[in-house]
Amino acid sequence: MFKRNLGKWLITWPPTLYLLIFFAIPALIMVVASFRFPGDYGGLLPLYHIDEATGRAVIEVTRENWRDYFTLENYARLTEDSVYLQLFIKSFYYAGLTTLICLIMAYPLAWLIARSNQKVRDLLVLLVILPFWSNFLVRVYAWMIILGPNSAFTKITNMLLGLLGIAPQSFMFSPFAVVVCLVYVHLPFMVLPLYANLEKHDMSLLDAAQDLGANAWQRFWKVTWPLSLPGVYAGAALVFIPALGIFAVPDLLGGTDGIMIGNLIKQQFLESRDWPFGSVLSIVLTLFALGLAGLAALIGRASSR
Amino acid sequence: MALLEIKNIVKQFGDFTAVDNVSLSIETGEFFTLLGPSGCGKTTLLRMLAGFEQPDSGEILLDGKNVANVPPEKRPVHTVFQSYALFPHMTVADNIAFPLKMAKKDPADIQKQVSKLLEDVRLAQFGNRFPHELSGGQRQRVAIARALANRPRLLLLDEPLSALDAKLREQMQIELINLQKEVGITFIYVTHDQGEALALSHRIAVMNKGTVEQLDIPEKIYGFPKNRFVADFIGQCNLLDGTIVEVGSDRMKVEIAGVGIAETLPAEGAKVGAKGTLALRPEKIKISSSLPADVADEVHFRGTVHDCLYLGDVTIYIVELENGLLLEAMLPNSASGQAKFFNDNDAVEIAWRFDAGHFLTE
Ligand SMILES: Nc1ncnc2c1ncn2[C@@H]1O[C@H](COP(=O)(O)OP(=O)(O)OP(=O)(O)O)[C@@H](O)[C@H]1O
Ligand SMILES: [Mg+2]
Repeated sequence: MFKRNLGKWLITWPPTLYLLIFFAIPALIMVVASFRFPGDYGGLLPLYHIDEATGRAVIEVTRENWRDYFTLENYARLTEDSVYLQLFIKSFYYAGLTTLICLIMAYPLAWLIARSNQKVRDLLVLLVILPFWSNFLVRVYAWMIILGPNSAFTKITNMLLGLLGIAPQSFMFSPFAVVVCLVYVHLPFMVLPLYANLEKHDMSLLDAAQDLGANAWQRFWKVTWPLSLPGVYAGAALVFIPALGIFAVPDLLGGTDGIMIGNLIKQQFLESRDWPFGSVLSIVLTLFALGLAGLAALIGRASSR
Repeated sequence: MALLEIKNIVKQFGDFTAVDNVSLSIETGEFFTLLGPSGCGKTTLLRMLAGFEQPDSGEILLDGKNVANVPPEKRPVHTVFQSYALFPHMTVADNIAFPLKMAKKDPADIQKQVSKLLEDVRLAQFGNRFPHELSGGQRQRVAIARALANRPRLLLLDEPLSALDAKLREQMQIELINLQKEVGITFIYVTHDQGEALALSHRIAVMNKGTVEQLDIPEKIYGFPKNRFVADFIGQCNLLDGTIVEVGSDRMKVEIAGVGIAETLPAEGAKVGAKGTLALRPEKIKISSSLPADVADEVHFRGTVHDCLYLGDVTIYIVELENGLLLEAMLPNSASGQAKFFNDNDAVEIAWRFDAGHFLTE
C-alpha cells in the first residue's frame, strides 16, 4: 500500500511542505497575533524575555496574568466604528464591480481567441499576457498619467462632455480611477481561464442545438454559457480575490475616496504599527471571502439542480 | 409530390468538388440510405439538407418549397450526429426535452412526451442520468429520441452506429427499423457499411466521389450493380475483364482473356468487340472436385485451390484459373464439424449458370 503510493508521496511532499511552511504556519501566527497586544515600538508585546545572566528565555505568561497578554479587544474594535464595515463593503463592491466588468470584457475576447485558427490564436494569447512583461507599478503609474488632468484622454473626454453641456471632470484620485486600473490589471486573469475553457468546447454541440431549433441567443445561453461556467468561476476567483486585498492601486490612484480594505491593513502594519488589529482585519477579510465563495458554490449547486 | 426533392446540387470546397450534381427524390415514410466510401460527400450532402451548408448550385425542395433561405433552426429536419452531440450538462430527459422547449411547447406536454420517448427507446429508468453515465448504445438511443422528439418531417442519421461494436450494431439496426415503422418519419441514413445499408433501407443511393453511382432498391443494388465501382463496393464480387465476342438475343459470349469463353446475359447496348467486366458473386459459383462439363446454360472452368478463408458459416475458396486469374467461390459449411471441403492446391472444377453473372460494359 505504502510502496505503491511512494511515487505519489515523493512528488507531492515538496509542495505540501512549502505550503505548510509559507502559508499554513504564517496564517496560524497571524491568528495568534490577532489575540495579542501591540508592542511598545510596533510588533507584538513579547510573551517572554531573555534572562541576561543565564541567556535563557523566560516565559512571562502565567495562569494568573494571561489576560495581560491575550485579548478579544482587537476584534471588539471592529464593531466600535462603522467605518470598518463600510470599508469592507466598499472593497467588496469595487472588487465585485471589477470582476463583473472583467467578465463582460473578457468573454467575447476569449471566445474570439478560442475560435480563431491556431496561428492567430497563439498571437492573441501572447498579446493578452504581454502587459505582464512590464512592471506592475509602471503600469499603475501609466494610468496616473492617462487619467491625470493634462493627459490627452482627459482633455478629449472633457471636450466631448463639454459638447454635451457637462462640466469638466477630474478622473484621478477617485473610485473610478481605482476600478479602471483594477480592470486593466486583472483582465488577463479572466481572459486566460475563459479561453482555456471555451477552446475545449465541442462545436458539434452548437450544430446540434441549432439543428434542434435553437436560435443564436438560445445556443449561447443553453449551451455555451453553462458549459463555460467552470472557466467563469476560475476567472472570477482569480480576479476577485487579488482585487479585494489590493493596496497599491488605491494607494496611487484612489485618493481619500478610493481607499480599500487593503490600504487599511497595510496602514496597520506599517504606519500605525498595530499588528494585532492588522491581523484581525486580514482574518476577517479572508473569512468574508471564504464565506462568499461558499455561498456562490451553494447557489451554483442549487441552480444546477 | 415527393417529400424531398434534390435537384442538381453541387458543393465545392475551394477547387475540390465534394458533392457533384446530385439529384434525388425521396418519398414520405421512406428509409433512404446514402452509401459510399469515406470522403465521398455523404456528410456534406446531409449538412446541406440540414441547412449547415449552402449548395453552390442546384436546389433543395422540402414539401415542394425551396429551403435555400431557411436556416437550420427553422427547418423541420433533425439530425442524429455521428458523435451523438448530446449536451453533457443536461440530463437525458433534458436533452430529449430540448427541441420541445425550443419549440415553446407546453411544459406539461413536454413532460408527457419525454416520458413517452424514453419508453420508446427503452430508457425509461435513465431520465435523470447524465450522458457520461450511459453506455454507447444508450447514448445512441438518446440521440435518436432527441432528434425525433419534435417530430421532424425528415430525420437525418450520419453513421449513427459506427461507434458501436458488431453485436450491438445488429441489435440497434433492428430497433431502428422498428422505430422507423412506428413513427412513420422519413429517414435519410448515411453509412459506409454496405451490409447495414442492405439490411435497413427501402432504397439506397451508392455514392462515389461526390456523385450518385446507382440508386435502387437493395436487391437490385446487390444483384445488378450498374458499374464496376458499385459491384466492387457492395459485398464480395469477382470482376473478370473480358471482351464481347458474340451477341445473341437472350445471351452473349464473352472472351475472358487466357481462360476461355463464358456465356452471359446480354448487356445493354452490347456490341461485339466491346470490352467490359463480368461481375460474379462468390456464392453463385459452384465448386467441386469434378463437375460435368457441357451442361446446358453453364459456364465451366478448371483451377486449383489457392487459399481458403474459413468464416464459420461459410468458407471462401480462392481458386486460381489456368492463366493465374483468381476467383472467389463461397460454400456454406452446412455439414456440421466439417470446416473445409478442399485444401490448398487441390484441383477443382468450377461452374456457374450463364445468368448468374452480369456484364458491365465500359
Ligand atoms: N469544410 C470543409 N472544407 C474543405 N473540405 C471539406 C470540408 N468538409 C468536407 N470536405 C471534404 O469533402 C469531402 C467529403 O467530405 P464528407 O465529410 O462529406 O465525406 P463523408 O462521405 O461523410 O466521409 P466519411 O464517411 O469519412 O464521414 C472530403 O474529401 C472532405 O475532405
Ligand atoms: Mg461523414
